[in-house]
Amino acid sequence: MDDVVPLFRMEGISKRYGGVKALENASLTVQAARVHAILGENGAGKSTLIKIMSGVVAPDAGRMLLEGQSVQFANPAAANAAGIVCIFQELSLIPDLTVADNIVVSNPPTRFGMIDRRAQRRIAEEALARAGGEDIHPMALVKDLPLSRRQIIEIAKALARKPRLLILDEATSALTAADVSKVFDVLRRLRAEGLALLFISHRMHEIAEIADDCTIFRNGRNVATYRAGSKTDNEVVELMIGREYSHVFPPKKPLPPSDQPPVLDVRNLSWTQRLKDVSLTARAGEVVGLGGLDGQGQRELLLALFGVLRGASGEVLIDGKPTRIGSPRVAKSRKIGMALIPEDRKTEGLMLPMSVRDNLSFAALGNLSHAGVVDQRAERAAVDEMIRLLAIRTDGIDVPAGSLSGGNQQKLVIAKWLMVSPRIILLNDPTRGIDVGTKEEIYALLRKLADSGAAIVLYSTEYDELVGLCDRVIVLYDGAIKRTLVGSEITERALIGSALNIATDDREPGAKPVVEA
Amino acid sequence: MNDWRYRFAEQRGTLLALLIFLVMFVIYVSNHPAGFTANVVQTAANKGVLLAFVAMAQTFVVLTAGIDLSVGMVFILCNCLASYLVVGSPSTTALGLFAVLATGLVCGAINGLVVVFGRLQPIVVTIATGAIYFGLALLLRPNPGSTANFNSDLADALTGKLPGGIPASLVALFVVVLIIWVPFRRSVIGRAAYAVGSSETAAYMSGMPTRSAKLVAYALSGLLGAIGGLFLTFFTYSGEASLANGNTYTLFSIAAVVLGGVSLFGGKGSAIGAIFGALAFRTIGDLLFVFDLDPLWQPLFQGVVLLLAICLGSARLFQVKNRLDLFA
Repeated sequence: MDDVVPLFRMEGISKRYGGVKALENASLTVQAARVHAILGENGAGKSTLIKIMSGVVAPDAGRMLLEGQSVQFANPAAANAAGIVCIFQELSLIPDLTVADNIVVSNPPTRFGMIDRRAQRRIAEEALARAGGEDIHPMALVKDLPLSRRQIIEIAKALARKPRLLILDEATSALTAADVSKVFDVLRRLRAEGLALLFISHRMHEIAEIADDCTIFRNGRNVATYRAGSKTDNEVVELMIGREYSHVFPPKKPLPPSDQPPVLDVRNLSWTQRLKDVSLTARAGEVVGLGGLDGQGQRELLLALFGVLRGASGEVLIDGKPTRIGSPRVAKSRKIGMALIPEDRKTEGLMLPMSVRDNLSFAALGNLSHAGVVDQRAERAAVDEMIRLLAIRTDGIDVPAGSLSGGNQQKLVIAKWLMVSPRIILLNDPTRGIDVGTKEEIYALLRKLADSGAAIVLYSTEYDELVGLCDRVIVLYDGAIKRTLVGSEITERALIGSALNIATDDREPGAKPVVEA
Repeated sequence: MNDWRYRFAEQRGTLLALLIFLVMFVIYVSNHPAGFTANVVQTAANKGVLLAFVAMAQTFVVLTAGIDLSVGMVFILCNCLASYLVVGSPSTTALGLFAVLATGLVCGAINGLVVVFGRLQPIVVTIATGAIYFGLALLLRPNPGSTANFNSDLADALTGKLPGGIPASLVALFVVVLIIWVPFRRSVIGRAAYAVGSSETAAYMSGMPTRSAKLVAYALSGLLGAIGGLFLTFFTYSGEASLANGNTYTLFSIAAVVLGGVSLFGGKGSAIGAIFGALAFRTIGDLLFVFDLDPLWQPLFQGVVLLLAICLGSARLFQVKNRLDLFA
């Protein structure tokens, strides 16, 4: 293999976002006429790697070689010109333009300086046919098409740019099995034409079906490269986890059996195509985790419980009594006592320019005011109490919330909801982008809240958090509950296995895995 | 074969604006004491084209999901400038026309440069630059006035009737659409402007020229404002730095654009729709005249009609399933 110059090679690539290392000294070699799969957990650095290859972000260190020549990409257009085209996980289609407009978007055919619509139509029809989307009308608006059709258009758009290296980042995650097999036929044909294909997917059976080579990423580094089929699924999962527990979790206390109805009892919750018959319970003192890959309906589940989603069907029982939660305002009322710590603290959790004091009292103003007037003294006392309780490091209570560090901002969001003494606390990935020390404090706080009688539902993209904190974990796949893990069943391997929708054997490492259809 | 369905869907906003305009215009003409005569049409056209040009100017910027609160001021500045420069012989007149149009283009380009490279919100940028442009207009014409050798032959030709009774100003509007709007709509830059308005991230990720698209949109907005200013001068033979006029045209242009089916969220609509929106908006005022209502009712009446038209556009919000999307 050494005597052939690879189509594309990257060496010693590092990238930091603020204090977080996304990639550290990573390398990758891609050969023409092969499908190369990239595997890794959420946050292993796959997305950053692709963004660097396709010119969206610049690496802090390292070099890239295209057919042995050193290259640098200032923007996506430069990468495209060099023949590297990426189909991103977040779709890059423009909703208000037509299918044909989108397919030729980066390089439309022109005549006398104007777009030649007839030629555009021809190119679009050709590209759609190559991508297996003959049934899509080139004049339809992208925003009127369902997700699976859009994904086909993304592929057609990429093909219209005549790529030499095509990157598919989770490009099949929204497709039905029939569409996936169509796409795979296309990919095989492209491979035969000499294209290099980089394929990122969480679906193990898809990788087994299409990949020639595989590279596993973990914590921002490539840890193994091997020929597809030379490792078992269990070995692969082990390579993907491969790390020590780095956080200290407070001890769990088993709950005594109780004949009280659970505080939160959800039955057959469904919403559009994103949630399918989800049922779960949470008792006072219990921490229930939501697991699974990113975007399998966990966020929607929390939003539905908090009354944000319209047209959700199913039943919610609070303390055993059927209750309708129509809006966040109802959800936080004293009768229900629910709080949602949102995922994006900067837009949904805090008003950054406003003071720490204002931010803390927003949710609790009802309790702190008389006849519509805020009782300043009561507010001050409550705010001081919270800052002391959560050890929030701030220069007084009148500085803007935006001046605090990320970890302290997150504490602020949690504190804001603790001000209303909630009985049901929903958390959406509360430790994302937070330093380790603050993480530990938040873990201890969550356990303390549970011990004092709150029911906690926690969604986390970090598997070790689910293992370390939760009494029970519900794993979602495609909007439905795939598996429920209780107590000692909660291991990283079981979590990853059920998240990827494959059955791993928990006792015998290296055993032949069973792949679910 | 079913291309027509998509063509129709694409033009729905424009066709709706055309329909609204036609209905109003028919009501207007059939109730007009003089009926459907060349003079009535000419007067209506001359009133309508001014707002039509300014609404076109607004359209370019609104398509990129921005807003231009300086269009009315560019319009006024160019009116004042034209009252000095469109003078004398054909050659000096031509030079004057060129200078006025160039001024509008530069004003628009300045807006664009500040918005794109300063990464500032268009609304504040254009409030500020609008004030500057109006200030310049005020320096040029502290008092309303005209120049002795103003080229009134050209003015009369462009605001009069062509053989067959066709209003010349409408023809001018048509020509402007043909040489500015149509090429823009069909060029790569124009498409990029739509893309920026629809989803700037997606446009950037697709390697489209997002910055130049915005710049061009703002510059063309200035140019169209200047054309409007020229026509104002042709109608009045004079220049006037009227703050009330500038503000009115700015706000009416936004109303006309919305009536014409251009989305304030960007990425959707056409300048042709905005033109019909402008003509319809003007006709609302004229309706009061033919029904012999007190002109004092005009703002109220215009407001009600506009409100109804906008409510039609927000009907889709009833379909939103995730309430967080309401704020997106």
